[in-house]
Formats: sequence, C-alpha cells, structure tokens
Amino acid sequence: MTAARLRHPRWTPWLYLLPALAVLVALLVYPIYQLGLISFLEYTQAQVSGGQPTSFQGLANYATLFGDGEFWRVLLATVLFAAACVLSTLLVGCALAVLLTRVRALPRLLLMLAALGAWATPAITGSTVWVFLFDPDFGPVNRVLGLGDFSWTYGRYSAFALVLFEVVWCSFPFVMVTVYAGIRAIPSEVLEAAALDGASQWRTWRSVMAPMLRPILLVVTIQSIIWDFKIFTQIYVMTNGGGIARQNLVLNVYAYQKAFASSQYSLGSAIGVVMLLILLAVTLVHLRIVRRQGEEL
Amino acid sequence: MSPPGTFHMRSPRARRLRIRRPGRLAAEAAAVLIAALVAFPLYWMVLSAFKPAGEIQSTEPRPWTLDPSLDAFRRVFAQQDFGRYFLNSLLVAGTVVVASALIAFLAAVAVTRFRFRFRTTLLIMFLVAQMVPVEALTIPLFFLMRDFGQLNTLGSLILPHLAFSLPFAIWMLRGFVKAVPEALEEQAAIDGASRARFLWRILFPLVFPGLAATSVFSFISTWNDFLFAKSFLISDVSQSTLPMALLVFFKPDENDWGGIMAASTVMTVPVLVFFVLVQRRLVSGLGGAVKD
Repeated sequence: MTAARLRHPRWTPWLYLLPALAVLVALLVYPIYQLGLISFLEYTQAQVSGGQPTSFQGLANYATLFGDGEFWRVLLATVLFAAACVLSTLLVGCALAVLLTRVRALPRLLLMLAALGAWATPAITGSTVWVFLFDPDFGPVNRVLGLGDFSWTYGRYSAFALVLFEVVWCSFPFVMVTVYAGIRAIPSEVLEAAALDGASQWRTWRSVMAPMLRPILLVVTIQSIIWDFKIFTQIYVMTNGGGIARQNLVLNVYAYQKAFASSQYSLGSAIGVVMLLILLAVTLVHLRIVRRQGEEL
Repeated sequence: MSPPGTFHMRSPRARRLRIRRPGRLAAEAAAVLIAALVAFPLYWMVLSAFKPAGEIQSTEPRPWTLDPSLDAFRRVFAQQDFGRYFLNSLLVAGTVVVASALIAFLAAVAVTRFRFRFRTTLLIMFLVAQMVPVEALTIPLFFLMRDFGQLNTLGSLILPHLAFSLPFAIWMLRGFVKAVPEALEEQAAIDGASRARFLWRILFPLVFPGLAATSVFSFISTWNDFLFAKSFLISDVSQSTLPMALLVFFKPDENDWGGIMAASTVMTVPVLVFFVLVQRRLVSGLGGAVKD
C-alpha cells in the first residue's frame, strides 16, 4: 500500500469496510427494501410469472392482514411463546452458571461438555431428535413418564411445550457459558466478603452477582428475545409446518406459509415487515439502555 | 496468544477460597445428573442410529442395544447423491466461514482502529442488522436470486448466509481487535512495516483465536440452513444440501426413524467437531464480546 507513511488517510477505513458494506447493501439492505415494497404491491402467482403487471395497493395488504383474526392469534401466540422461551432459558442458564461455580473441575467439565453438545446441535437435527424422544409410539419419554400413547403434537399447548423444551435445551448453553464467564470475572474478594458475611446462595446472587452482571444479563436477554421471537426451524420441523389446523403457527412460519404455500407474497411480506418493526423496537430499547449506562460503542 | 482477561474452561484459575460446605457434594451430584440429562438427546440420537430396525420400532425402547447395526447409515449413504449433498453443505459452509472471517476482520479493524464520521452510526447498523429475521427475507431474496439467475446454484445459499453472518462476526471481532495494544501498531510503523504488512502479518495472527470463535457462528447458521435450500434449490437436486437428505426420511404414512437419526448424526458430527476444536476460544470470545 502506498499510503504506508500517512497515518490515517481519510478513506482508509472505508476501504477496509468496502467488502462488508457491498455484501450487506446488496443482500441485506436491498432485500429489506424489496420486502417493504412488495408489502405495498399486489403480488401473487400471476405477478411472479409475469402474467399480470404489479399494481400499487397502498396499505390494502396491511388492512387485509390486520382485519384477519388469525394474524392477531398468531401474533399473540408468538409473543407469549417467545416470552416463555426467554424466561425459561434465562432461568435455566443462570441457575446452571451459578451451579458451575460451586462444583469442582470434573463435574464442571461434564456439564460444560454436555451443554456444548446441545449448543452445537443444528436446529433441524435437534428438532428431529426431540420429536423422536417424545414420539407416542417409540419414544422413551412417554414410557418413563407413563403417558402411554399421549401425542404431544396433537394438542396446541403440549405441542408448544415440546418445542419449548427443545428451544431451552439448545439455547441455555449460550446463557450459561456467558454468565459463567461473567461470574468468573467478578473479583473473588467480593464473593468472599459476601460468603464471610453469611449471605446465602440466593442472597449472593440477588445482591452481589446479578447487579455486577447487569450488562451481561442485558445482552443475553436481548439476544434471547431476538432469537426466540423469530423461531422458525423448530416450529416448522417439530409441528410439521405449523401444527394441526395451524394451531402452532408463529409469525415467521406464518409469513413463510402465506408466501410460499399459498403464493400470497404481499401478505407474507407484510408479516415480515411487522416482525422487522417489532424486533427493531426491541433493539432500540437495548441501545437506549446501553447508552444510558454511558457505555461507548 | 489470547486477549487479556480471557477464561479457559479447562484450566480454571484455582479459587483458593472456595468455602467448603456439605452442600457441595449435592451440587456436584446435581451437576452430573443435569449433564447426563442434557447429553441424553444426543446419546439417544446416536444410539437410535445404530439400533437394528426391529428395536427402533419397538414400543419398549431400551437405552442400549446389544446388536448395533449400520443399516440405517447404509440407507442414508445409499441415497442418490448423498455424498454430493454432504460436499455441497461443506462447500457452502466453508466458503461462508472463510469469506466472512476475512471481510469481518477488515471491517472490525476499520471500526476499532480509526475514528471517522458515521463510525458510531455504522456500529449501530451492524447491531441492528443482527436482529433481522432471515426467514422473512426469503421472499425478496427468492426474487433477487431469480433475477440474477442464481436459483438452483450454491451461490444462492452462500451469498445470503455471508450477509447474515457478517454483522455478528464484525461485532464479535471488534473485541479481539481492540484487545491488541495500539502500541504494537506504532512499533510496527516505526520499524517500517507497511500498513498491509502490519494488518496481515501481525494483527491477523493475533486476532486469529477470535476469528475461530466467530466462525463457529457463521458455520452453524450456514450448516443448519434448510429454508434457503428448500426455497432456492427448487429443481436441481444435484445442488441440494444435507437437510434435504434428512427430510427425505419423513414420510406421511410412517417416518423412517432409523434413517432420520442416522442422517441427523451425520449432520451433527461435523458441527460437534468444529465446536470441540474452538470451544476454548468460544468462551473467551463471548467474554470479550460481552464485556466491552
């Protein structure tokens, strides 16, 4: 590079950013723009094949969507399901992180390895394995629990519960490992002082660890919300595309089914836009909290 | 070399003042029990893959098998073009990992080592980009790929996954690049090293552990993909990837569980290997990414 002697030619950072920005603009920003655009057009099979010209519909697609009772039902299910997943994941992850600090090396290693295994399992294979574990005919879970041939995917809530188990199983390791790393970074004097003062495990967590881990807990919470809100693979595979009579639909699967199963690309895009806006709101709240804590990006 | 303040789960610093309590034994028993529970689904997957057909369709499933068989794996590998699916998956994931590591490295250097206008805006954009629901973009991406004649090619999987893994990769690498002291750069400049030389010969090797940790995420998200494969590789089966080979065993009348578990095992093993290879870096990487 000829600019070796110049410390900071003005365009150097942009040169480094160029490949990243090119990829992101072409394959992220532009598709998002397209998503928004399609949601304002009439776009069905006829337009895709070029049989009919596309026409601008204004907010008609959104009016159709918001007038559909199913949309609100799916939205509510998505929010509640994501909330349940986030809470369970955080609870399990944090509890096990604290447990890890209380045991010797060997049990810790075993738990870490098991968690890494669950973490590494691809969503699609994790889903198939959990469905098989809970299979009414051949699965071991129903045998052990004495549930006979109870079908987990038949009822709406039991199907959601089954998916929740899989989601917690594959996402608690991220929380556990991150929070554990955070606890290890707390100066040991602080924890010793708490122990000498006779604080119970719960008290130590609530009054000492949790406040010091606040930034880390915030990050894992936000990450979990984002991941669990846009769950797709687990629902799609475990409930066979949204459950019996579409009872287990969440927004992401709903959008996909609208677009690719019934060729209503505009409605699918409109659902995508709604999801995007909700997740954007979550991210902005996150940024506000981070900023208020006065952290520099 | 790893950045300062990292944690290695295998060699924990000795906590001298671990207060001994009778509760510790109970805690350790609980930890071992939970580890077994967490590992059980994976154990069951591998076990079922090796069970003979009669045992897997048994209504009294046993947690062991006395005559393991390779039949299920034979069914998986006997599928037409299975090897090809595997190579396709590997090729797509490999390309994304290498490309995103290089591109993210350059971008991370730009946002940590320079002060320039819109730097903070860019960082926020990278953060915001992480929350984009990939699946929702299947619709516009489908049309984009069609318009550029990329449908039924591996490029239609590589390009979107590259884009989706970049924001997180940049965000995570930032911590690793930051951890390399600026003084090193000044020293290199004084010694007459060019910027490019410093970048690739000094900084790159130092940040490599971080790259390894970051690449797990791009590898997994790409390796796991079945939605794009399902949507973009509509007619040309020779371009298909592994998840398609797995879904074949789901049949409307009766699922071939042996085949499903064997295919799942084949699909899970490469990720596990990758994870084990980088697991130590992973923890320190998350520590670094979360701390600052």
